[in-house]
Amino acid sequence: MNGDRVTKALLFISSLIILLLSAGIVLSLTGGAIPAFKEYGLGFITSTVWNPTSGSEEYGAMPFIAGTVITSVLALIICIPMAFSTSLFIAEYYRGTRTAGILRSLVDLLAGIPSIVYGFWGFYALRPLLIRTGLTDQGFGVFTASLVLAIMIVPYATSLSTEIISMVPAELKEAAFSLGATRREVIFSVVIPSARSGIVASFILALGRALGETMAVTMLIGNANLIPKGLFSPGNTMASVIANQFGEADGLKMSALIAIGLLLFLITALVNAAGKLIIKRFA
Amino acid sequence: MSDTLNSEPVIKIENLFIAYEPGRYAVNDVSAVIKRNSITAIMGPSGCGKSTLLRALNRLHELYPDIETKGEILLDGQSIFSMSVIDLRRKVGMVFQRPNPFPNMTIYENVVAGFSLNDIRLKKSQRDEIVENALKSVTLWDEVKEFLYRKGTFLSGGQQQRLCVARAIAFNPEVLLLDEPTSSLDPIATSKIEDLLVELKKQYTIVLVTHNMSQAARISDESMFMYLGELVEAGRTETLFTNPKDTRTEAYLTGKFG
Amino acid sequence: MKIELKDNIKRRNRTNGRFRYFIIAGAAVTVIPIFLIVGNLALKGYRQINIAFFTEPAPDTFQAMTAASSGEVIPGGIANGLTGSLLMVLAASLLAIPLGLMTGIYLYENREKRYAGIIRSLTEILQGVPSIILGIIAYIWVVKNITRGYSALAGSVALTIMMLPLIIRSTEETMLMIPTTIREAAFALGVPYYKMIYKILIPVSFSGLATGVLLALSRILGETAPLMLTALGSPAISFDITKPVSAVPLLIWDFYNDPNMVNLVWSASLFLMVFVLSMNLLSRRIASKRKYI
Repeated sequence: MNGDRVTKALLFISSLIILLLSAGIVLSLTGGAIPAFKEYGLGFITSTVWNPTSGSEEYGAMPFIAGTVITSVLALIICIPMAFSTSLFIAEYYRGTRTAGILRSLVDLLAGIPSIVYGFWGFYALRPLLIRTGLTDQGFGVFTASLVLAIMIVPYATSLSTEIISMVPAELKEAAFSLGATRREVIFSVVIPSARSGIVASFILALGRALGETMAVTMLIGNANLIPKGLFSPGNTMASVIANQFGEADGLKMSALIAIGLLLFLITALVNAAGKLIIKRFA
Repeated sequence: MSDTLNSEPVIKIENLFIAYEPGRYAVNDVSAVIKRNSITAIMGPSGCGKSTLLRALNRLHELYPDIETKGEILLDGQSIFSMSVIDLRRKVGMVFQRPNPFPNMTIYENVVAGFSLNDIRLKKSQRDEIVENALKSVTLWDEVKEFLYRKGTFLSGGQQQRLCVARAIAFNPEVLLLDEPTSSLDPIATSKIEDLLVELKKQYTIVLVTHNMSQAARISDESMFMYLGELVEAGRTETLFTNPKDTRTEAYLTGKFG
Repeated sequence: MKIELKDNIKRRNRTNGRFRYFIIAGAAVTVIPIFLIVGNLALKGYRQINIAFFTEPAPDTFQAMTAASSGEVIPGGIANGLTGSLLMVLAASLLAIPLGLMTGIYLYENREKRYAGIIRSLTEILQGVPSIILGIIAYIWVVKNITRGYSALAGSVALTIMMLPLIIRSTEETMLMIPTTIREAAFALGVPYYKMIYKILIPVSFSGLATGVLLALSRILGETAPLMLTALGSPAISFDITKPVSAVPLLIWDFYNDPNMVNLVWSASLFLMVFVLSMNLLSRRIASKRKYI
């Protein structure tokens, strides 16, 4: 009996760690960010100034918020057709075949490649290609970063969508077929409407992943602390400005960076929560 | 029931073989004839191939990519394998074991689903007419006419199944295939469907796979008994039941195996 | 009721066929990057991989420059990164595996309680936190307050926080797959609760748990961002947890910033990628050979 009580206590205590961690993270981030907010008020969020020269320091988060949102959304847009066709391939057209199995494994491999390797590959292999197309002269910028980001989030979007699509009951599809619909018609009139919320949720979760991506984006976005002017212009994201400037920061600048971290944390948590909520409610 | 001049064959099955894997035949050299405006019941123990045979009649069995088919099936003299599968399925409709109205469509939309899925544009008045006629034919009209624009999932199992029949006959097919349509329904709903089928056979030709011998005895005109993929015996229901020619048929009918 | 039929069958079949090609093309485009990346890394990276690669620490920029200009293999390797990664991953595992396991078991055993639901939701949120933020946290907690300076400990803490949610979730999911009859049989034999956990629950789910741990490990091995703010990097091969230390991804970052070291980056990246992918494949093999009913 004693052994039981000890065990149960131990298990309970270890679960407390999660509580402590979560609370600790929120507290530390908020605490570290307060100096910046005290100095600049809530306008910090919308200000586009980023001037670290001592004597006239002023910091604002907007360039980075813009950079993060733009690259992530663009990455999602690029990723959607790829993920969509891949999940339909695996879950519908070639369902159960070896090819589908191989495809699935290949896509999973994409998820295993470390972010820094993506960034590096993007830098040395993708950039020259893009420079050759003439659309950009240095190769850094929103588009390059978003393109690599899209490749990185494809596995997340695909795996969940595939699961949802394969859960559509066979009898519904058979009923549609027996009425004379072609495969494509069955997909658009029965499969997709049934799986719609799950598919949307998987894309939202992929977006959540893209928002927090650091290394690959840092290496490709050009690190310009302003709102990007165009598709191929450089910019910066919340994660990459932290990665780049945290090391030598202190005082107000560090607080500004932590504040940006807090904002990133909140945005990511919200997006992920939204995705999970949709799954729970509708799928 | 009656055998009038309308008992010419609608469907002729000639030496049909269907295999899911090479060498293992789910349907083994079956030849049979389905007569117009009759109810033909296909019976047999689990795994005898009756569902496979039924699905071959609207080529739904082709959804399995590795399937091998040999032999011929003629609909009104034309091979169903040489006609467009879309065309075939407009002439041969199907109702499944578990009611499956499309959950993302209203009752109204479910009935005309055949048309919308086939990308056939109709005027609202035409659609209204089709919906009313189909639902009246399955005696569902009075029960749902107030709720046409609600999704069908609130209906009872029996009502949902009648909705599926309405969906299948909205097209005015020649043949209606039913795969154990009452096995998931309660006795009252079952008898409603059985009465419906007897009424419908005046207009359509009905092929019914059933696990329930007494159902076959109650409503079918012709019966087919299958065992291990073979068509053991076929003929008028009364004759089959009272005077089976094959010992296997007799054993099945007397409950020696199910 | 006349219905116009024939005309649209051909068109619909054509659309159907075309859509199918679109799907196949889309799927093909999706996997092309894998071949490109792996191919590029393999082609450009194999040259630097030799024994020295694994046993010697990173060269300095001068050595690299002289080697590069004469077209030779750059001397040195990634040994300091290997030892650093090893140190931090070990430390993180020591913390995260037991904690994660126990929390996972707690969640499994107390599934209905509201408290468990809260913990589960928090775990999910934690899993979604960007790794760089965990780097900030480890900086605040460890670098500023504990070790007063960059250290391997700080890096380990960040990695631990990353591993925890993964292990917790996979533990709970694995255990959910055990049929309840096994637990009931154990209790029916009079086995006390704590024995049931470590004599039955854990051994039976072992391969699932191992898979979860392997996946968590493969996830953190490739992480760079949090380490930049915590472990910082160091040219020395050291096992001192209170001092800065390097790691394989950090080395890649250092090499990347130095144009002379390009060749080393390819090799280091190749190594890292192969290692991480092998762990992935290994965990998948274990998962597919699972034997419990």
